[in-house]
Amino acid sequence: MMYSEKVLDHFSNPRNVGEIENADGVGEIGNAKCGDIMKMYLKIDNGIITDAKFKTFGCGAAVATSSMATELIKGKSIDDALKLTNDAVVEALDGLPAVKIHCSVLAEQAVRSALSDYYTKQGIDPLPIIGEIKMPEE
Amino acid sequence: MEKRFIYADNAATTAVSEEVLNAMLPHFRTAYGNASSIYKLGRDAQKDVEEAREKVAKALGAEPREIFFTSCGSEADNWAIKGTAELMEKRGKKHIITSVFEHHAVLHTCEYLEKHGFEITYIPVNDKGLIDPEDVRKAIREDTALVTIMYANNEIGTIQPISEIAAICNEKKVLFHTDAVQAVGHVEIDVHAQGIDMLSLSGHKIHAQKGIGVLYIRKGITLPNLIHGGGQERTKRAGTENVPAIVGLGVAIENASKNIAEKAAVITPRRNRLIDGLLKLPYTRLNGDRDKRLPGNLNISFEGIEGESLLLMLDLNGICASSGSACTSGSLDPSHVLLSIGLKHEIAHGSLRLSIEEDVTDEDIDYILEVVPQVVAKLRSMSPVWEKMMKGEKYE
Repeated sequence: MMYSEKVLDHFSNPRNVGEIENADGVGEIGNAKCGDIMKMYLKIDNGIITDAKFKTFGCGAAVATSSMATELIKGKSIDDALKLTNDAVVEALDGLPAVKIHCSVLAEQAVRSALSDYYTKQGIDPLPIIGEIKMPEE
Repeated sequence: MEKRFIYADNAATTAVSEEVLNAMLPHFRTAYGNASSIYKLGRDAQKDVEEAREKVAKALGAEPREIFFTSCGSEADNWAIKGTAELMEKRGKKHIITSVFEHHAVLHTCEYLEKHGFEITYIPVNDKGLIDPEDVRKAIREDTALVTIMYANNEIGTIQPISEIAAICNEKKVLFHTDAVQAVGHVEIDVHAQGIDMLSLSGHKIHAQKGIGVLYIRKGITLPNLIHGGGQERTKRAGTENVPAIVGLGVAIENASKNIAEKAAVITPRRNRLIDGLLKLPYTRLNGDRDKRLPGNLNISFEGIEGESLLLMLDLNGICASSGSACTSGSLDPSHVLLSIGLKHEIAHGSLRLSIEEDVTDEDIDYILEVVPQVVAKLRSMSPVWEKMMKGEKYE
């Protein structure tokens, strides 16, 4: 298993680990049976993601993609965060082994899941804005 | 505590010992003859190969003519199982008995034969990772060609009742093969006394190099030739002998099979200290029977964390270990061995295997007992599964 230096860096020193109390949006994706669960917490002010934190149960790539995803969306607008793709997460990490690409999809969907929760809490139907939350192929 | 380097993955592979290396070295540059050549350089190589064969035979309680060198343990397993299948198919016997938690070299070979018309019975193991010989007896039929059961499990280290199983096979006149790759050098083996018909072993698990193995075939069993070609290995497995590797294996198995009890007396208490120390952590379980296991093996599951992350963190702390998580198995499913003893997927993902030898000192054990709990705590602190467990919520 060849992980890039960046993956190992984000794994060994993950950014934004933890929880946000009274978060504006919380999303969770994956299941323990498959070996990956990501939980993402967002603080949102005036359409801007002012803070993002995560908790992850999973492999090195799952931790690194969660860490990178939070870095990529912090300070961004909701619209920009919704444009975050798994490819962008992979690229930012200098690549992932083929068998670990699904971890980046989990990270992308964890962000969308948290934003979906944000809209729901605002009394807005998230489906037209965010669409279905997809699980990576199992 | 100062960072250490601790190799605790001897079940994966071992370092070539200095004695083995020194025995091998002349065979690359000076004593490099082909063992089939007529001149002295060749004859000397032949002599060294036969000396190594005698050492292997002695270690196993076999005769030298019953020892066949292969390129690895998997090759030996493949030969024993497919060869027996071919031999017995002619007698109308197309049923093979194995266990659910064999090494893939055995399981995948059996699955291959299943596609070619063989019927396979997979004997279950109990929650301690042990096979009941009576289950083997019950599974034997008129058309049973072979029983193949591993000597010791590669992940959880449990030692199977091989003598009892062999006795049942002998009584029922069914051939018995055992994959002893993990057992050789760690438990006393006497193939003749135990009634074992075929046995596979691998050099690199006992401080020889990678790329050398052995299949012991009891005399009187004429397996089909594995590789057709020259007259090597009594024409059964052609190909120029890997003289350095064979010589190295001879020295390695001689060393590994002496002082087995003395080595176990050193390793077992250290291993037990690891087990007791790690089991102090909450939501932790030992996988496999505590006593009927290889002296250096320990396999523990930590709930709420995932194995690959654990291995990477241990690596950052200088500890080489192994896990049965899906992420390290290259598939979505965790280890079939851990599932076979009844572990749930989510618990199997968080398993850790350590396999130590005498070079792991008491100070190393102290270090492991300091590092592993820290790493487990760190991973649990960032795990949503652990968070749910602590809140008493369901997390499956």
